[in-house]
Amino acid sequence: MSKNNVGVDISDDILSTYDYKPFAGTQLGNPVSHRVAPTVRAQFGENKVVDSIAQVVKAEVKDGMTISFHHHLREGDQVFNEVMQVIIDAGIKDLTLAPSSLTNVMNDMVVKAIQAGTVTHITSSGMRGSLGDAVSHGALKTPVIFRSHGGRARAIETGKIKIDVAFLGVPNADEQGNANGMTGDAAFGSLGYALMDAKYANKVVLLTDNLVPYPNTPASINQTQVDYVVKVDQVGDPDKIGSGATRFTKDPKELKIAQMVNDVITHSAYFKDGFSFQTGSGGAALAVTRYLRQAMLDKHITASFALGGITKPTTDLLAEGLVRKVMDVQDFDKGAADSMHTNPAQQEIDASWYADPFNKGAMVDKLDVVILSALQVDTHFNVNVLTGSDGVLRGAVGGHQDAATAKLTIISAPLVRGRLATIVPQMTSITTPGESIDVVVTEIGIAINPDRQDLVAALSHIPGVPVFTIDELAAKAEAIVGKPAPIEYTDRPVALVEYRDGSLIDVIHQVKE
Amino acid sequence: MAETEERLRRTMMFVPGNNPAMLKDAGIYGADSIMFDLEDAVSLQEKDAARDLVYEALKTVEYGTAEKVVRVNGVDTPFYKDDVRAMVKAGIDVIRLPKTETAAMIQELVKDVAAAEQEFGRPEGSTHVMAAIESAKGVVNVNAIAAASDRMIGVALSAEDYTTDMKTHRYPDGRELEYARNVILHAARAAGIAAFDTVFTNLDDEEGLIRETKFIHQLGFDGKSVINPRQIPVINAVYAPTKAEIQTAQQVIAAIAEAHEKGSGVISLNGQMVDRPVALRAQRVMRLAQASHLVDEEGNYVEE
Repeated sequence: MSKNNVGVDISDDILSTYDYKPFAGTQLGNPVSHRVAPTVRAQFGENKVVDSIAQVVKAEVKDGMTISFHHHLREGDQVFNEVMQVIIDAGIKDLTLAPSSLTNVMNDMVVKAIQAGTVTHITSSGMRGSLGDAVSHGALKTPVIFRSHGGRARAIETGKIKIDVAFLGVPNADEQGNANGMTGDAAFGSLGYALMDAKYANKVVLLTDNLVPYPNTPASINQTQVDYVVKVDQVGDPDKIGSGATRFTKDPKELKIAQMVNDVITHSAYFKDGFSFQTGSGGAALAVTRYLRQAMLDKHITASFALGGITKPTTDLLAEGLVRKVMDVQDFDKGAADSMHTNPAQQEIDASWYADPFNKGAMVDKLDVVILSALQVDTHFNVNVLTGSDGVLRGAVGGHQDAATAKLTIISAPLVRGRLATIVPQMTSITTPGESIDVVVTEIGIAINPDRQDLVAALSHIPGVPVFTIDELAAKAEAIVGKPAPIEYTDRPVALVEYRDGSLIDVIHQVKE
Repeated sequence: MAETEERLRRTMMFVPGNNPAMLKDAGIYGADSIMFDLEDAVSLQEKDAARDLVYEALKTVEYGTAEKVVRVNGVDTPFYKDDVRAMVKAGIDVIRLPKTETAAMIQELVKDVAAAEQEFGRPEGSTHVMAAIESAKGVVNVNAIAAASDRMIGVALSAEDYTTDMKTHRYPDGRELEYARNVILHAARAAGIAAFDTVFTNLDDEEGLIRETKFIHQLGFDGKSVINPRQIPVINAVYAPTKAEIQTAQQVIAAIAEAHEKGSGVISLNGQMVDRPVALRAQRVMRLAQASHLVDEEGNYVEE
């Protein structure tokens, strides 16, 4: 038994069976690794277009392979279910599913594929809903491996994930496989996560509902990488791909939290000309962008770049000249996707460039301020974004661990959600180590990581921003909702949570029935 | 009633007494007063449940320095007596009587409050009261109502019912409220208590809220009732003193301190005499400046 750096006991059996080292801290040094290269079958201008998914599956997908998908089409995705159904129908077994993430629209199909024996291994950024339920109750024999977006990029580049066939939905492509995410009915903007699959999978299959004349530019994925182009009726439902027109929250509690997050940022040493930031897509994060805009105007400050998952409020800052560059790994709404098409200062970046800790420098290394969410935060500032208070999988690592390495990492979360405490003595799982979390902002006030005495000094006297210790916040939460009975687990691991460097930060066990 | 004079009452936030989530969070928005509503926000079949809920909230939830007010059901309802007893028992700061039309109604309330204080061992006189004026008759009698009891801390205009009673409705320019606002304000000031303006109901019309708040601020109201936390910073911004006002107030306060040190009875600043109204205004400006986060804990101006 070993105890890792966040106090999790990990059995030797797990470490040896799955070849892991316990998480040892966020300082990674300068690890040396080897990048793998995919197998390439040369082609010489033959038309790559095929009419049916079944044809490709029959030719390329074999028992025991690793297949991948991207999640840029989010809840509007129509590629995943169509391909998986064909694979199940073909009677293929024992696949490893290695998508960039799994969205709700895919849940039932994955459960079906597990029941059919088609899928026996999964690695993902996250899972939720019926799939999270099934896996948490032991549907898979081998534990799911959860990796951050940067961690997945690292695993692909170093060969930990070897993708045999990548099925990538795109809103446009020519017959040779030149494609981008920016135009077409199912346009979603950046192809950031899919670019890894296109670069490293042995076989790359594009699926599109929009064949355009050759050569198609700008090409994010290009013909040197692509084996097949499959014409389908529809790759995605445009109404469900993005969150539609982004609207600022009117929830007074979210606004209150956003106001305090903004106060924390603007009172920190990082809020100066040329600073960089990343916000998420939640209601409070979007409101922060609005407050930040005003603060930047008031102080005549512009940001050098905004990073990560992008929303229209951020591309509006770009258009307004308050942000010089947007480094875009995915777009959460149509406005952000459109802006990528029209504004050359909005750069598409792949997941490695975004956040891979084993490459020669990722954007997150240059990030000053990030605002992240949490399902739970413990009294050591560790954060859980994967499991609910019932211990069941219902979230995703996303870029959480990666972006949390920013110079000022702010967690914005309500003290309690309904009858559940957010700040707790003991979480149901650990995703991101407290070592990389600096400030927790709730509606009643903030807690500053005592390891950051510079922030304690800078943020302790902001008018209207009460400062508590993290233990005080946990106590206040408990005073409201009471002390929950501990969740009971079996000994059986259902998921392994990697830190971004590939070490093991937590093991999630099956919940007792 | 020194303590009530000193209190800032820029905003009195309505919180429905039957909404646990809102009761739990009511303290975080910086409202000067929080008004838990047992009356109009609560349907008949929920009256007892809401009373229990507000009672428990008052006993368990932290509301910081906010003044805790409850709007009980009217004296002509079967819920009124239990409302008053439960709220006094819970240690409420202020009981707000809806549809107040006569001084006798306040005196009746005060009698019931005093009895409840005795029944539940609350300190005598610790529960204050205020009157909501919602009818022509209430406006006509407001002088007597405002002066009806030592426990009175304020009068509030409730314009929805009042305009209906006046056979009109609310207009954007508020001219229909001119008489009521001025009469209520004078009654309050003559009695030395607070005056609360009515709610601004269109949540999406921030400019309208600013316009109306500037107007009632100019008249002299202590503040406004609010129906959504989002209105609080908007109103507070109207009530925030300017940098020049803060600096003048600081000079006045320094001059007073200096005079006290010298044992001088006559205080002057830049050749002008500092009399009581000037001193009081300076103190009020500094309280507003602190509440608006324009000065730090030591009273120094915070450069934005």
